[in-house]
Amino acid sequence: MIQCKTSKEIGGMGHSVKRKEDDRFVHGKGTYVDDIQLKGMLFMDIARSPYAYAKIKNINKDLAMAVDGVLAVITGKDLEQYNLHWMPTLMSDTQMVLPTDTVMHQGQEVAAIIATSREAARDGREALVPGIEYEVMKPIVDPFKALDDDAPLLRPDKEGQKDNQAWHWEVGQKEETEKIFAEADVVVKEQMHIPRIHVASIETCGIVADYDKVQNHLTTHLTTQAPHAIRTVIALVAGHVGLTEEKIRVIAHDIGGGFGGKVPVFPGYVIAIAATFLIGKPVKWIEDRSDNLTNSFARDYHITAEMAGTKDGKILASRMKVLADHGYTDGAANPSKFPTGMFSIGTGSYDYKHAFMEADAIYTNKPPGGVAYRCSFRVTEAVHAIERITDRFALEIGKDPAELRSENFIKKEDFPWQSPTGWEYDSGDYQAGLDLAMKTVEYDKLRVEQKAKWKEGKLMGIGLSTFTEIVGAGPSKDFDILGIKMFDSAEIRVHPTGKAIARFGTKSQGQGHETTYAQIIAEELGIPSKDIQIEEGDTDPAPYGLGTYASRSTPTAGAAAAIAARKLRDKAKKIAAYLLEVSEDDLEWEPGKWFVKGAPEKAKTIQELVFAAYTNHPQGMEGGFEATHYYDPPNLTFPSGAYICVVDIDPDTFEIKVRRFVAIDDAGHIINPMVAQGQVHGGLTQGIAPAMYEEIIYDEDGNALNGTLMDYLVPTAVESPNWETGHTVTPSPHHPIGAKGIGESPTVGAPPAIANAIIDALRPYGITHLDIPITPYKVFKALKEKGVLDKDITGFEA
Amino acid sequence: MIPANFDYHAPSTLDEAFKLLSELGDEAKILAGGHSLIPMMKLRFAEPEHLVDLGGIPGLNTVSMENGSLHIGAMVKEAELEHNAEVTSKFPIFTDAAKLIADPQVRNFGTLGGNLAHGDAANDQPAVMLALGASVEITNAEEKRTVDINDFFYGFYMTAIQEGEILTNISIPVPAGKFGNAYSKIERKVGDYATGGVAVALELDDSGVCTRAGIGLTNVNPTPMRAERSEAALVGKVIDAAAIAEAAQMASEDCNPSDDLRGDSDYKRRVIRSLTKKMIAKALERAQA
Ligand SMILES: Cc1cc2nc3c(=O)[nH]c(=O)nc-3n(C[C@H](O)[C@H](O)[C@H](O)COP(=O)(O)OP(=O)(O)OC[C@H]3O[C@@H](n4cnc5c(N)ncnc54)[C@H](O)[C@@H]3O)c2cc1C
Repeated sequence: MIQCKTSKEIGGMGHSVKRKEDDRFVHGKGTYVDDIQLKGMLFMDIARSPYAYAKIKNINKDLAMAVDGVLAVITGKDLEQYNLHWMPTLMSDTQMVLPTDTVMHQGQEVAAIIATSREAARDGREALVPGIEYEVMKPIVDPFKALDDDAPLLRPDKEGQKDNQAWHWEVGQKEETEKIFAEADVVVKEQMHIPRIHVASIETCGIVADYDKVQNHLTTHLTTQAPHAIRTVIALVAGHVGLTEEKIRVIAHDIGGGFGGKVPVFPGYVIAIAATFLIGKPVKWIEDRSDNLTNSFARDYHITAEMAGTKDGKILASRMKVLADHGYTDGAANPSKFPTGMFSIGTGSYDYKHAFMEADAIYTNKPPGGVAYRCSFRVTEAVHAIERITDRFALEIGKDPAELRSENFIKKEDFPWQSPTGWEYDSGDYQAGLDLAMKTVEYDKLRVEQKAKWKEGKLMGIGLSTFTEIVGAGPSKDFDILGIKMFDSAEIRVHPTGKAIARFGTKSQGQGHETTYAQIIAEELGIPSKDIQIEEGDTDPAPYGLGTYASRSTPTAGAAAAIAARKLRDKAKKIAAYLLEVSEDDLEWEPGKWFVKGAPEKAKTIQELVFAAYTNHPQGMEGGFEATHYYDPPNLTFPSGAYICVVDIDPDTFEIKVRRFVAIDDAGHIINPMVAQGQVHGGLTQGIAPAMYEEIIYDEDGNALNGTLMDYLVPTAVESPNWETGHTVTPSPHHPIGAKGIGESPTVGAPPAIANAIIDALRPYGITHLDIPITPYKVFKALKEKGVLDKDITGFEA
Repeated sequence: MIPANFDYHAPSTLDEAFKLLSELGDEAKILAGGHSLIPMMKLRFAEPEHLVDLGGIPGLNTVSMENGSLHIGAMVKEAELEHNAEVTSKFPIFTDAAKLIADPQVRNFGTLGGNLAHGDAANDQPAVMLALGASVEITNAEEKRTVDINDFFYGFYMTAIQEGEILTNISIPVPAGKFGNAYSKIERKVGDYATGGVAVALELDDSGVCTRAGIGLTNVNPTPMRAERSEAALVGKVIDAAAIAEAAQMASEDCNPSDDLRGDSDYKRRVIRSLTKKMIAKALERAQA
C-alpha cells in the first residue's frame, strides 16, 4: 500500500529506515539536561507549599542557611526587587515565579535553595519547610463552586477581575442549534469529566542556567519542546534586567519525553535563571518526580455533551458546554485566538450543519496548566465528547454504532468540507478506514458472540471511535503564540562532497526527526538519508520556529524541508543544464539525478551537481548549495482514524481486559512506516492511560492524593494489549508531501474507543455513561448503584 | 527524593551486628533489601542516622529442607523464592506470590525477612506465612527465640521484633500427606500493592477430607489477618463448591478493609470473596494433583 519513489539506498519516504538517533540511545550516549556538568555548578531545590491556599506569614531562611553547603535562599520578596516575581503564561495570563504573599495550590514553589550539591540543596529544602509559616485559607477545589457568591476571589491581582472566571468562549450557531434541539425527535445528553491527568514523561523538567557576567550572556540547557519561543519569553521576562534576546541561547539536548508538558515556562526555570544571573555561577535544577507529577496538568474539562437527531439515525446538531478547570492561572499553550484550542473540532467526522459550543474557564486552587498532552490543544477532549455522545445516540435509537457512524460520515467526495464551527477539513475517507477496521476485527462475528456472552452473564463490549484530528498549527492568519506566528522552518546546507546538514525550528522528544526529516530531504533531493544530518534544539545555529507539539512538526517543518529541498533541486537543474549543455526544459528528474530526456546516459547525479555548485557553477549564479524555508501552512491537516476495541470484564471482580484493539490511521503519506507505527503504539498506550488508569485526585482541601507513581497509575507494557495497527492513505491536498501528522492521533482517538467498549459491555444493565478512567472499582460502583449486584450476575437476554 | 544523611555499617557476623545495634540504639535501622526502607527514607518518612546492612552476614540467605520443615534465611531474596525448585515444587504459592510483588528489580533485592519485618499489611508475604503456619526465628545478642507467625504482627509497622533483635530465619512445616497452596491478589496495575490478596494452604487426608486449612488475607485489615471462620468451614469436609462459597463469603465478611484509592470496603470484600473462592479451588486442585 505504501509506495516508495526512491530506492532503498536513497531511503526517502515510505522506507522503514532504522532510527538514526537510536544508536546513541542504545549506547547510553544520549545527553539529557541532567548530564550537563559545568565547572563551579551549583544546585537548586525548591521548597513547596503543603497547602492549597494560604497566606505566607514568614519564611525563616536561617533554618536552611544553617545546613552545610547551602549558599542562598531565594524568595518571592527577593525576586520582587528585580520585578521577576511574576511572569506571563503562554496564554497571556500571569503566573507567580515565587509568591510574595499568597500560595495558590499545593506544591506551589515558595522558596528556592541554592547549594553546592544536590543533596545539600534537598537538605536545605527539608530544613526550610518547617520555617515557613502560613495562614491557611479554605481553597476552591470544585470548579462548580468557584462561581458561588461566597467563593473567595482568587485573583485579585488581576485588574478588573470580579469573579473566578478566567474567560468565556463560544462558537457555532446558537439559535439554529437550539431550534433543532427543541424540535428534534431524539435528544441525548451526558455529563462527562475528562479527568485531570499528568504528562508523565520519563525525564522530569530541568535546567542548567549559565550566566556569563563578563559577556553578559546567558546559556540555558533546558528541557523544552519549543526552544526558540522560550528564548523569546525569557527575553520578554528578563529584558528589563539586560538579558535581551541576542544575549540568550537556549539549548534543548535530548529530551526524555515531552508530550506537551515541556512547552510552558515553569517557575523553576525562571528562578534558576535569576539565580545564575545574581550569583554568576551555573545553576542546575532537576525537578523531583513527585514535584513533576503534581505541578502541571492536562485535560480537566467538565463537558455537558448533547446530540439531536432523527429516530432513524440522522445526526442533526450537537451542543457542548464546558467548564474548564485551569487551576489558579491559565497555563496552557494554546494559540492566542483559541482559548479552548481546537476544541471546536468537536463535531467530528459527521456531516451535519449545526453545532454550538461554549466554555467557561475557571480559576481554582490547583496547579496551573491545561497543557496539550499529546494533543492539538484540547482536541482530545473534543473527540472524547463527540465519540461518546455519538455512541449514546446510537444506543438511544437502538442502532448499531458502526452503522450510525457510516450513515453520518462526511463523504470523501465532499472534501474540502466546511465544519459548522468554522474549520475546513482538507481531505478524508472515513468509510474506508472504518471498513478496514471492521474487516480486521471481524465486527459482525463479534456482535453475534457478544449476544451469546451476555446470555451467559459474561460482560463483553465492543467500542468504536471514528475520529477526525486537527493538527499542524498553523496558518499565520489565525495562529500565533504570544503574537509569534506559528510557521516553522528548515535550513539545508549541502557540503561540496554531497553530504548535508539540515536544521530546524522544531525539537524532537522521541518522535524520530533525525530520521524522518532526512527522509523527506532524501525524497526531494535524492541524497541518501543516511548522508543527511539533522539538528534541532539549539537557538544559535537553528532557524526560528515554534517547536514540536500538537503533531505540528511534519505538517510545518516537514513541509519547510520539502520546499527548501525543492529550491535546491531547482538550482541543481540549472547547474545540470549548464554542465550538460542543454536547456533546462530538456531535463528530467529521477531521484538522485537530472538527465536529458530521451538520453538517460547523459545525466548528472545530485552529488556531482552539488560539487559543481562549489567548483564549477555557471557565472552569475550564487555559489554554494544551501536553502532555507519558513513554511506558513495554508490550512491545518486533518488526520483521521477508525479504532475498534473489544473488552471482556470479569463479572466477579470487574477486572477489564482489552481483548483486541484495532487502530486504522489515516495520516496521509507516511514518511517512515516503522516510526509511524512506533508513534501509534506509544500513543495508544497513552490512550489507555486516561481511559483506564490515570487521574490526579484531590481531596476537598486541595491535597493531591496520588502524587507518586505508586498511586498515579501509568500503564506499562504489561497493561498494554496487542495493538493491531493499519493504515489508509488519504493525502493532504495542500501539504507539499501530502503528510498529515501521526503523533497524537492514537492518544486522541483511543480513549473513547475503550470507554465505548466498556460501556457497551455494561449496557444490558442500564449503564449509559461512565467517566474515564474506568476502573474495575468504578464498574463495581456503577453496577451496584443499578442494583445489579444484589445477587451474582447470571445472564441477560439481549 | 534524596534521603537525609546517614552512616552505613556492614557487619560481617551476627555478633558484630548485635554490637552495632546495641551501641547505636534507636538511631540505627537494619537494612535488608532496602526496598521498603529506602523509599521511606527518600520520602523522609524515616531518617535513621545509621544503617546496619545484613547483606554481608553469612548464613542468612540459605534455603534448606530439614526435620519436616522448610527453612528460609531472612535474607533470601524474593527472586530466589520465585525460582528455587526445592521451594516451589512443594510450595508453588511462593511463585504465585513473588511474581506479584512489585517488579523484577525489587524482587532481586527484597528479602523474605524484610517483607515480614516491615510489618505492613499491604505486603504479600505475611498472608502467605499465615496460611502456611510459619514460625519465625528472632535472635538477639543473648538468645534465639521462635515466634509463631500468628503472634508476630502487632500493628501498623510493628512486629514481635524488639530493638536490638534480628529476624534470622523462617520455618514452614511440610505436611506429610496431600497438601496444596496458592496465592493471588488483585492489583490496579502491575507492581501495585494489593487491593486485596488471598493465600490458601490445604491439607487433605487419604479420603480427601480437609484436615487443615490456612487462609491469610492481604491489605484488608490493619494487620495481616487469618480468615479463621473460613478455615473452620473447610476442615473436616470434602471440599465442594458449596463449602468454597461459604468459606469465601465468610472471609469477605470477616475482613476489615478501609476505604481508599483502591476502593471502598464493599468492593474490597467482593475482591476477597472472589479471590478466596479461586484460591481454595486452586489449592485443592494442587493438593489433589
Ligand atoms: C515499587 C515497589 C513496589 C512494591 N510492591 C510490593 C508488593 O506488591 N508486595 C510486597 O509484598 N512488597 C512490595 N514491595 C516491598 C518489597 O517487597 C520490599 O522489598 C519488602 O517489603 C522489604 O524487604 P527488604 O528486604 O527490601 O527490606 P528493607 O526495606 O531493607 O527493610 C524493611 C524493614 O524491615 C526491617 N528489617 C529488614 N530485615 C530485617 C531483619 N532480618 N530483622 C529485623 N528487621 C529487619 C528494616 O529495618 C526495615 O524497617 C514493593 C517495593 C517497591 C519499592
